[in-house]
Amino acid sequence: MPDPNVTQQNSSQDDGVPALSIRGLRKRFGDKVAVDGIDLDVPAGSFYGLVGPNGAGKTTTLSMATGLLRPDAGEISIHGVDVWRNLIEAKRLVGVLSDGVRLFDRLTGEQLVTYSGLLSGMSRDTVSERVADLLRLLDLDSAAGTLVVDYSAGMTKKIALACALVHAPRLLALDEPFESVDPVSAANIRDILQGYVRSGGTVIVSSHAMDLVQRMCDHVAVIAAGRVLAAGTIDEVRGGSTLEDRFVELVGGRHHAEGPEWLRIS
Amino acid sequence: MVAHLLRLRLLVLKNSLLRSPWQLVAVIIGGLYGLGLLLFAVIGLFTLSGAPIELSRTIVILAGSAAVLGWIIIPLIASGVDQTLDPARLVTFPIPFNQLLLGLAVSGVLGVPGIVTLLAALATAGTWWRHPVIALVAMLCGVIGTLTCVIGARMVTTLSSSFSSGRRFREIGSIILFIPLVLLGPIIISVTSGIRNVADALPGFAGALSWTPLGAIWAVPSEIARGSYGPAAIKFLIGIVVLLAVALLWRRSLAIALVKPAHTASKQRARGKLGLLGLVPDRPWGAVAARSLTYWVRDPRYARQLLIVPVVPVLMYFYSHNEQSLGVLVAMAPIVALFLSLSIFTDLSYDGTAFATHVASGIRGADDRIGRVVALATFSLPIVVIFSIASVWAADLWRLLPALLGLSLGTLLTGFGISSFSSAIVAVPVPAPGDNPFKSPPGAGFTTTLTTFATWGILAVLVIPEVVLLIVTAATQQALIGWIGLVVGVVLGSVLMVVGIRLGGRRLDLGSSEMLVRLQRQR
Repeated sequence: MPDPNVTQQNSSQDDGVPALSIRGLRKRFGDKVAVDGIDLDVPAGSFYGLVGPNGAGKTTTLSMATGLLRPDAGEISIHGVDVWRNLIEAKRLVGVLSDGVRLFDRLTGEQLVTYSGLLSGMSRDTVSERVADLLRLLDLDSAAGTLVVDYSAGMTKKIALACALVHAPRLLALDEPFESVDPVSAANIRDILQGYVRSGGTVIVSSHAMDLVQRMCDHVAVIAAGRVLAAGTIDEVRGGSTLEDRFVELVGGRHHAEGPEWLRIS
Repeated sequence: MVAHLLRLRLLVLKNSLLRSPWQLVAVIIGGLYGLGLLLFAVIGLFTLSGAPIELSRTIVILAGSAAVLGWIIIPLIASGVDQTLDPARLVTFPIPFNQLLLGLAVSGVLGVPGIVTLLAALATAGTWWRHPVIALVAMLCGVIGTLTCVIGARMVTTLSSSFSSGRRFREIGSIILFIPLVLLGPIIISVTSGIRNVADALPGFAGALSWTPLGAIWAVPSEIARGSYGPAAIKFLIGIVVLLAVALLWRRSLAIALVKPAHTASKQRARGKLGLLGLVPDRPWGAVAARSLTYWVRDPRYARQLLIVPVVPVLMYFYSHNEQSLGVLVAMAPIVALFLSLSIFTDLSYDGTAFATHVASGIRGADDRIGRVVALATFSLPIVVIFSIASVWAADLWRLLPALLGLSLGTLLTGFGISSFSSAIVAVPVPAPGDNPFKSPPGAGFTTTLTTFATWGILAVLVIPEVVLLIVTAATQQALIGWIGLVVGVVLGSVLMVVGIRLGGRRLDLGSSEMLVRLQRQR
């Protein structure tokens, strides 16, 4: 599928510089260590999955990598640009879909995406062209004029994705992009993302859905308790078994029990 | 089950307090305030035992009616008063309906306001400590009165939520209700100003109230003391019937509300209608201005701040009427300028985590600041100028116009600067989007009041030159000084505005992610 959002910046296919490079990343909130020394390289042009149990530090890592949360220690660079030294330049390179933040939901879907584009300093003509494309791609045409506050959870996710895409970033950081999205829309989003990767973009997604990551991504990192347990191509990491089995093996915590006596109904 | 609900309520209170020491401080201050009020009431009521029956009767009926009225009205403007046990959240549990009602009612009494009301109501017995029988009756009536208060509040909350189905109506309703409430004071004053001595009218007023649902129950003890047993019995009956009616109404509306969740209806806009976003200059600050302005219209939390615009002139008019001098009218433009210009100091807090959009986009801090100021200026500037001209016209003080414009514009511009700076530093607890705009999150009172007074204080200091020039103009009748005032106001105000925007913008450039963390913590 031709992707109108990746019209620029496709030339630098693989110059050896990783799209996202993280070294010795640490962050603590009070007593709780959320990220405990993460090293990660996301090659340019890869579709990278970030998997881990709840509270593993996925969201925190992505927030720090995209300039939304200042790390306690560590180096992060996007296409060679040091994120926390050149914040504005780095932010131009990356599109973010954050999980659990609000949107300006008193705007209509169309207004919201336009707003995101204008904030990034694009001209209104370019923005309006891209907004039309994005709304069509994400099946949001009919809801373009509805206030985002009245959207369903899945539609809200999709409009947030459109906001992340509108300035044609070279790296997309998506936190739980498929949560509460219906299967058809999820498949459409996957197509868009794969087209984006084919044309030279890089995607990093965090997800709980192992199955999805195994099918969709070419690289994966398993994170637990703020550390990287395994990272590499999908095949390297899963090593013969399924990603889900490998994940459980790495992370542990699986119970082999049938549940308590009283919950057996018959 | 009832005990269980109560425990839940106290646990929620405890946990929300432990989240932040400042909330604890705020609640303690609130508690002390309530305690002081209570102590005052109890001492007062005991002292009344030596006073004539007529006096204590008037006071108790008026205070009691006010309490009932307050309990019923406050939830309408501040639905956050006590939703710790939100029935909507309990709906999935198999709790027998009547036990749920009882649990909600009892937990309503056991909040700080409920306890204060109950103790004060019980203390009405103190007035009659020399007549034990009447004192007992007073205690009984106090309990009934308190229950009427608490259940009345619950009833109003449930009723209003089941009547208003659309989001827009729910959001705007409380604001519309607020306007007559603000103006109630001046209206009553102006109505009663005809009566030479207000105190003379009060006993009659109280007497009339004692026949209404608001005051009946509070009048019973004094009726017995006066020996009029017939009216006492009737008023007691009225009180009981009111309580029962309120409880039944609550029961019914809650039963309906539990199975019919508030649904939202929204207007579909046509595709391609960008609204203001299609009109503003093609720059990041233009986008911010268009978005802010859209929010001023669509978000009731912003709309609430516009209440000040119609309310201040009316208040000023009543005030000048009482003072027999229209001169005070000229104060309205600077006052409105003060309120409006500082209204955006909660702007980032209103954005909440939606501010992440700004952080992620890499917009320059100054552009963010400029956009918000431009949005506010588009309507506040004309309003302030019109108010200035209208007030000198009404008061026939045309010679003051230049100096007054200087002060009003100076206040407005300086305020823009201050709020541009302070809103980049302070995150204030505010109602979440979609919540009742008058709801105050726990702990908000204290921090918000502190920050508000700080910014007001700073603004007041910074506009001293304009104030002085206005006073000198008024005193000396020198037109030239007035014109100097205008120039000083505009120039000094503009400089301070630019400084505020620059400083605030730099703060955001350096620490927008820290600001985002603070905003996330507000949730």
